Amino acid sequence: MILALGLATSAQQSGREGGQTPNFDAVEITVLPAQGNVYMLVGAGGAGGAGGNVTLQIGKDGVLLVDTQYAPLSGKILAAIRTLSTEPIRYIINTHVHPDHTGGNENIRKAGSTIAGGNVSLDIQDAAQGAQIIAHDNVLKRMSARTVQPPIPAAAWPTSTFVGDDKKLFFNGEGIHIIHQPVAHTDGDSIVFFRRSDVISTGDIFTTTNYPVVDLAAGGTINGVIDGLNKIIDLIIPVYGQEGGTLVIPGHGRLCDMGDVINYREMATIVRDRVQDMVNKGMTLEQVKTARPTRDYDPLYGATTGFWTTDMFVEAVFKTLRAKR
Amino acid sequence: MRLRACLLPVVFFLVCVPAHAQVNLSGVWNNLNILHEDWPDRLFGPELGDYAGLPVTDALRLRADTWDASLITLPEYQCRVHPSDYVPSFAGMRIWEERDSASQQLIAIHTHHFAWGTERSIWMDGRPHPPDYALHTAMGFSTGTWDKDILTVTTTHLKEGWVRRNGLARSDRATVTEHFIRHDDHMTLVTIVTDPAYYTEPVIRSRDYEYEVAGEIGPYPCEPVEEVIRPKGEIPHHLPGTNPFLGAYAAAHGVPPEAARGGAETMYPEYRKKIRGAQK
Repeated sequence: MILALGLATSAQQSGREGGQTPNFDAVEITVLPAQGNVYMLVGAGGAGGAGGNVTLQIGKDGVLLVDTQYAPLSGKILAAIRTLSTEPIRYIINTHVHPDHTGGNENIRKAGSTIAGGNVSLDIQDAAQGAQIIAHDNVLKRMSARTVQPPIPAAAWPTSTFVGDDKKLFFNGEGIHIIHQPVAHTDGDSIVFFRRSDVISTGDIFTTTNYPVVDLAAGGTINGVIDGLNKIIDLIIPVYGQEGGTLVIPGHGRLCDMGDVINYREMATIVRDRVQDMVNKGMTLEQVKTARPTRDYDPLYGATTGFWTTDMFVEAVFKTLRAKR
Repeated sequence: MRLRACLLPVVFFLVCVPAHAQVNLSGVWNNLNILHEDWPDRLFGPELGDYAGLPVTDALRLRADTWDASLITLPEYQCRVHPSDYVPSFAGMRIWEERDSASQQLIAIHTHHFAWGTERSIWMDGRPHPPDYALHTAMGFSTGTWDKDILTVTTTHLKEGWVRRNGLARSDRATVTEHFIRHDDHMTLVTIVTDPAYYTEPVIRSRDYEYEVAGEIGPYPCEPVEEVIRPKGEIPHHLPGTNPFLGAYAAAHGVPPEAARGGAETMYPEYRKKIRGAQK
């Protein structure tokens, strides 16, 4: 959720909550079973150093992670994984480029090994070194861009990218559907759907802790976020009403199901519509901010300090809608 | 005679004092015959723009002002269940106990509500509430304790719900305290909602029930359908300042418009005097 890849490497040392000095030593990683083979690893504490949620799928084939948190937390992440499985870490899937979700790529990749075989030249063991890192191609482009200073080590980059709408895996006895959501939180977002466990890992398209983070510098738009939320809702089949059935692990915040995504989609759509109306009327950004189009939702998602304030959200919505005109 | 006088306190103790000073709430409880003045609000639903007597914040007032009842025609909203702090407004419920078969210790008290067929567990075995990051549900996570004959229940992990079905939301940050108070064949359920996001003071309501000896709770199937053809992703709502229905409630009932807007002040009897004074 850290904004703009220009901030990426420095953000590996600084926390998600801008202005605070994270204390990674104080962050505790806890495990919450979601359902089926899937678990949610949650970081708590550490003055903004808690990072994004990690989704874990385990089974006889090995371990698969969705996102890897901040680099300094890799040891705690690995320790938490080993409380559940001693099998090798085979795959890492990155939902997007930000370092609170990819910071641990290098460390955790090194702790794993790729399933390799076939026509490998030289030593087969070389091909197996490290877990495979899967992401949309735009994640690789942004991580490997020369403009990123200091550069992100190549060992942290995705090793397997896709450019179309999706990528499919079958691992630990279930289909895993990695669905690209264009121009949402960033331009490289993926939603990961564990089909047998019936769990969706959303990345930062959906959170419960703040307004949608629209990273304009990384290609994000508010309409892309709303499309992504609608996509997630389309994938969910509840038991009854809006509850149970498919569970949802957000980029940040608590374990959810359909009702939570619907509430968040409702908020995002209503705020978008209000700002769109103001843009249509020719209002300036300052006038829009003064009108406070989010004020009924501020008690739930608003912030006046930190890395993503209400003003920043309104500004991002305004800019993406005005650019559309 | 002396023997009887001596035995009487012993017999009284054995017969009248339950093992754990608890009241058995089990059975079917209904309220349709005793809704009284609550009938319009609890069955048909509140009117748009009626926030009177509730400690709403400005933020919640705007949220309700811009709420459009067409929202619940969306398929994904049609079978949305009443949350545990609201569902007692509706029809009946069955209450039953779950006991450990060996020790007969009370593990949980369960409720099944007619409205949307929801079921809820009130854990009586001292288990802790889950961590903050656990799933929130419409029923929430409830634990109970006995305060003499009163069952007091604390509920956390609630999904966003509502206090009135006219857009007055209750946030997922709320905690709820309930008191189940049985008086023979009547029961009063007091619900205290504390929601720091949208209400400046706790919202307190009581509902009465009658015990039904031969009571039954019917099924409540719900299957969403496409009621209105809309563009994908469209959410019905009013832009701020454009809802044409907000004044209708106050006009129809002769309620001063400012009283209909609610706020903590409107909860208290002194507010009537203030309004009368302002109208003179």
